[in-house]
Amino acid sequence: MGKYIRRRLLHALPTIFIPLVLVFFLLRLAPGDPAVQILGDNATPEQIAALRTQLGLDQPLPIQFLLWLKGLFTLQLGDSLFFHKPVLELIPAYAAVTLQLTFFALVIAMVIGLSAGIAASLLRGKILDRGIIGVMVFSISLPEFWLALVLIFVFAVTLRWFPVAGYVSFDEGVWASLATLVLPALAIGVRQAALLTRMTRSAMLDVLDEPYVTTARAQGLPEATVIGRYTLRTAAVPVVTVIGLSVSYLLSGAVAIELIFSLPGMGKLLVDAVSRRDYPVVEGSVLTIAVTLVVVNLIVDLVYAWLDPRIRLK
Amino acid sequence: MVKQTTASSPLLQVEDLGKTFGQKPPVQAVRGVNFSIAQGQTFGLVGESGSGKSTTGRLVLRLLEPSAGRVLFRGNDLGKLGKKELRQERRHMQMIFQDPYGSLNRWMSIRETLEEPLLVHGLLDPAGRKQRVETLLNEVGLPKAALDKYPHEFSGGQRQRIAIARALVTEPELIVADEPVSALDVSVQAQVLNLLLNLQESHKMTLLFISHDLRVVEFMCDQIAVMYLGQIMELGPRKAIYRTPQHPYTRALLDSIPGRGKKELPRLKGEIPSPSAIPPGCPFNTRCPLAFDRCFREQPALYELSPGHVSACHLAEAEGQPQGRPNNIAMSPGTGA
Repeated sequence: MGKYIRRRLLHALPTIFIPLVLVFFLLRLAPGDPAVQILGDNATPEQIAALRTQLGLDQPLPIQFLLWLKGLFTLQLGDSLFFHKPVLELIPAYAAVTLQLTFFALVIAMVIGLSAGIAASLLRGKILDRGIIGVMVFSISLPEFWLALVLIFVFAVTLRWFPVAGYVSFDEGVWASLATLVLPALAIGVRQAALLTRMTRSAMLDVLDEPYVTTARAQGLPEATVIGRYTLRTAAVPVVTVIGLSVSYLLSGAVAIELIFSLPGMGKLLVDAVSRRDYPVVEGSVLTIAVTLVVVNLIVDLVYAWLDPRIRLK
Repeated sequence: MVKQTTASSPLLQVEDLGKTFGQKPPVQAVRGVNFSIAQGQTFGLVGESGSGKSTTGRLVLRLLEPSAGRVLFRGNDLGKLGKKELRQERRHMQMIFQDPYGSLNRWMSIRETLEEPLLVHGLLDPAGRKQRVETLLNEVGLPKAALDKYPHEFSGGQRQRIAIARALVTEPELIVADEPVSALDVSVQAQVLNLLLNLQESHKMTLLFISHDLRVVEFMCDQIAVMYLGQIMELGPRKAIYRTPQHPYTRALLDSIPGRGKKELPRLKGEIPSPSAIPPGCPFNTRCPLAFDRCFREQPALYELSPGHVSACHLAEAEGQPQGRPNNIAMSPGTGA
């Protein structure tokens, strides 16, 4: 098992490193100058040149790259050009918001997705099964940003159950904090729930047709044991894969939702940093997201190994 | 109430068994099947793919709900047993499947797989279970070390041995073996068949053996039923079926074995018709080289050619005595006699 984890971690290194290198070069190839952004339109060319020197932007690209590499390996990611704060101090607060949002959306997706998927598979072809499939196809077709606006209109503007936008941190009250996350979590969770329902249903149906499930019934096992021990565990492998993909998507792809609800999460931080040409923040955010995704994938791999003796014993 | 069998009644009796799947169009997988198996006998069901033999096997074990007819096992009508009684009765009837890769739960070690049926039915104490499992593993020719391995660590033949051990662990009276060697290499087939024969002898079990392979069936079975489109075309003791087959379908099947059969009939043409569009009259009339006009109008009754040997063919009428009902309701008056 230890060897398995070590090998997985080694595989993870390029996954983290390659996107970072790409981001480094893409940022510097893109038009726009951080010095101009910082100093504003009224700055003189001399002021701009001075700031460029101060930021190290006048160095040739290869030198900048080497300095950046050195910073990366010593975890000196530099200061934000906009906030004038070290990137590593800046990110945790934003990451926390995204993590909470991801967590709530995932809970919604898993509760709905697993229960609806299992129910549909056990009632294959019945009215409830067809109803669930219909609702899920509809939900998958809903664009998230549109659903977000509808939710705001119905639950925030009309019913006034939840705030329209903005974020309240946990320290300022747990319920107030949760209330700010309900609508965004629903907006992204519903689609993931629908995807998960479909996957769970089809994975269950595949396994329910396996001869060993029939054998289990033929042996006289109670139906609950047949479903619990024989079916769910096997069906869990593709479902875990989809959950892993969902988490990755939620962690890195909730940008539009964070913008609509003005949640100070990683997506908003990243988009703002790109438009401000805040190179260190962009790089720090990408590093954070890449590391998180690698960790998520590692967890998924470990769950596979736990579920499947063939992987564990290799 | 669960009765015990008496020595005179057969262990398994199948009466007018039928199964129809779906609605538009209905697929008649099994139609009016009758047979019985005496204690300790091996009964073979042969036929092409789609002849309804596997469905019959599943109906016998009540893994499928029959659309018609009934199954008497140890004197009990399985259809009349409650859910719980049926589950308890299952320890006396087990199944071996064709695919040794799919029939073992890949998440469970061999020990867990073999102990599961004992645990479910609350049989034996832990020490007794351990011993039963180890003895059986030895009987099917696998080392003790296999117990803590997982299915993927075994070859197809070894897995089938494990599946056989699992089927035997509750000491069932009836085992339904659905194509138990078809997925195995020919060299391994013979070993597994011999193993089954030996175990049948030592455990005194009754076997319903389903196969498309006539040579395997000849090797294994005392009684044989030939199925076509969900019906029994010919049924009899092994010798009668292989030496004096009457039904043109049986004869065609025997002719298809290289170096066997009398090759008196032209070779069969075409495919087995769809069970959702079974031809009127004799179901075999679309392919039978001997079919005449009556075969297209009238479903043949089962005629008894010699004790225990029956055939559903109009040509058998001259030789045989009509026996029981025809195996389809669509029968015009005056058939037989």
